[in-house]
Amino acid sequence: MDLGLSDEERQIRDLAREFAKRELLPKAVERDRDSIFPADEYRAMGRLGLLGVNVPAAYGGSEAGVVALTLALQETAEACAATAVGMSVTHMVAETIARFGSPELANRYVPRLVSGELVAGAFCLSEPASGSDAASLRTTARREGDRYVLDGTKMWITSGAYAGALIVMARTSAEGPKHRGISAFVVEPSFKGFSVGKPEDKMGLRGSNTVPVILEGCEVPAENLLGDEGMGFRIAMAALDGGRITIGAMANGIARAALGASARYALERKQFDRPIGDFAAIGDKLADMATGLDAAELLVWRAATLKQAAAGRFSREAAMAKVYATEHAKRVCDEAIQIHGGYGYVREYLVERYLRDVRVTTIFEGTTEVQKTVIAREVYARSGG
Amino acid sequence: MDFALTEEQQLVQQSARQFADGKVAPIAAAIDREHRYPAELVAEMAQMGFLGMCVPEKWGGAEMDVMSYAIAMEEVSRACASTGVIMSVNNSLVCDPLMRFATDAQKKQWLTPLAKGELLGCFALSEPGTGSDAAAQTCTAVRDGDDWIINGTKNWITNGPQADVCILICMNDRSMGSRGIVSFIVDMHRDGVRSGKPEDKLGIRASGTSSLMFEDYRAKDSERLGEVGGGFKVAMSTLDGGRIGIASQAIGIARAAFEAAVKYSQERKAFGAPISDLQAIQHKIADMATEIDAARLLTWRAASLKQRKLPFGKESAMAKLYASEMSARVVHQALQVHGGYGYVTEFAVERHYRDQRITEIYEGTSEIQRLVIARSVLKEFAAKV
Repeated sequence: MDLGLSDEERQIRDLAREFAKRELLPKAVERDRDSIFPADEYRAMGRLGLLGVNVPAAYGGSEAGVVALTLALQETAEACAATAVGMSVTHMVAETIARFGSPELANRYVPRLVSGELVAGAFCLSEPASGSDAASLRTTARREGDRYVLDGTKMWITSGAYAGALIVMARTSAEGPKHRGISAFVVEPSFKGFSVGKPEDKMGLRGSNTVPVILEGCEVPAENLLGDEGMGFRIAMAALDGGRITIGAMANGIARAALGASARYALERKQFDRPIGDFAAIGDKLADMATGLDAAELLVWRAATLKQAAAGRFSREAAMAKVYATEHAKRVCDEAIQIHGGYGYVREYLVERYLRDVRVTTIFEGTTEVQKTVIAREVYARSGG
Repeated sequence: MDFALTEEQQLVQQSARQFADGKVAPIAAAIDREHRYPAELVAEMAQMGFLGMCVPEKWGGAEMDVMSYAIAMEEVSRACASTGVIMSVNNSLVCDPLMRFATDAQKKQWLTPLAKGELLGCFALSEPGTGSDAAAQTCTAVRDGDDWIINGTKNWITNGPQADVCILICMNDRSMGSRGIVSFIVDMHRDGVRSGKPEDKLGIRASGTSSLMFEDYRAKDSERLGEVGGGFKVAMSTLDGGRIGIASQAIGIARAAFEAAVKYSQERKAFGAPISDLQAIQHKIADMATEIDAARLLTWRAASLKQRKLPFGKESAMAKLYASEMSARVVHQALQVHGGYGYVTEFAVERHYRDQRITEIYEGTSEIQRLVIARSVLKEFAAKV
């Protein structure tokens, strides 16, 4: 086992840390309070190479690898999780188009996603009635000459109102098994029949934009089909395997912020004439927060190295990383509030936002329950049952 | 970053697994039932180099890395936790401090036969009234010319009934507190030391545990290990390494219970199908698998830090705390999956459940680990404030 970072990984991490501290942290409270989408920040990140950390250099990416991406995301999330989530999705979209799209399609979209010109990418899989059971999606795409016509509604679309390119999963065939009839498309907001609904008023990640995407006879050029017809479900699952790693990294960033705030508070806050960190009741919490967080980082990094090696599937490890990191981060943020007492419950102290921000991480890109089902399936498959 | 095992580590894993499956597992239930010390297994481990795994070849050891030791400990403990702890004590608590503190003459006399398994070692720190507060030693060593006279009682000594050699920690100058402590290499066959009646324990029943009584035991000054006043450091630094061994033991026990639960759940039918089809069982299996991996990553991280001679005290405390408590959750759930069958000795989970319990206590209780970790976390942030 070697946990050392390459020079490039260290540079990316430091770059993200520096940017987060200088550009994201000062307005993180305002971004949350007023639900301000960080469009300018994404453009700046694009210029710095922080939107294509794991994207091939041929498409303008940094090609620094999956571990580097998890490090950049964790640093970003530690300062502002709302900014991190859009960054994560943009990477997922850019990587997916680069991997599954034709060179023409990839050349058309990936460099502009990576540079920040398109501001953000979005990934449209969920629907009002289709969440964990993704294969049951109802949005349709029918071929009409040199285009596809898409009809349906997508839900919970991160960066949906700002994204310059969206990957949309839609049904091209009602025949055969449900998941085989799904195809993936790259959609631009300027396409006829595309619109977005009212932004969701969310508990946390309020600086990120979440909208329904409405496709009413939306006309998509045939060349914007990603991969082949019927490959959509596979593409979506492959993208989510990667996404689970980055959401794990994001959760770890929020948890690091909460742990840091808690440790500093435990050193400063005095009761019974001692810093409260001297009491085992508080120290034990900090120990459990820190221990689980280290474990969560290791699980995320392990999954990242497996994805990087591209030697085979990593669904089990990615699911483990996501379920463990997000569930632990949720506990960490909750304990952070407990350590802060009443101060933790008011907006003036940041831990209140951390708890709101972290809460969705056990839900999006595959709920905890879905991750556990994936893990169990892999365990039983390996034990020959 | 690299999480893959080296070729050497894979070979160790294979040979340890082969030994564990072939020789250890078949008698594990019997030696537990009979409270029988498995001398024949210890002799085989000596042949395999498992009793002095990290000791240089020059001193009779197998000269493997710390990760290999953790890997082998997990495999052996998966078959039999009693055999695991016998191995762990000889490696971590006896050979390791001798490697770090012994003079060449002492190494030649003691380390080489211990590493080869010609002699068996034990480590004596705890006393009837001294556990977590390890500096409160009442066993004393008093100068007598060139010799030392040792008096007192040590408690909970693993390998106590069988050991040929003991690494003893005792008090020289009470007024100096933890800096008044001294360590000796004790010849257990000499007059003045005897082991008490073996304890009748909840678990790890095939390993011998007893008290040691010192009555005017005469040690030569050349048998002193480390500096006068340096005994506490010998003890604490030894336990830092020992925690890697116990963490691995806890993971081995957890894996045994987990694998038994996977197998049983595929065989046992309820409601017309294997219970592995039930989500309630699947999610338990997923949690167990995830936490076992998390614990192993924490443990291997500590092992690789120790190997590189980097600070690893906090990391080994995290590994031990997390692995032992994880193991408690896993054996509990594995027994639950087995239902009534898990509660009878015919099924191995009953033994795993009992064996696991000590891992949260010996070589530093969970409470002490949390104290170590919390202090370290607070120190990191105090430095940043």
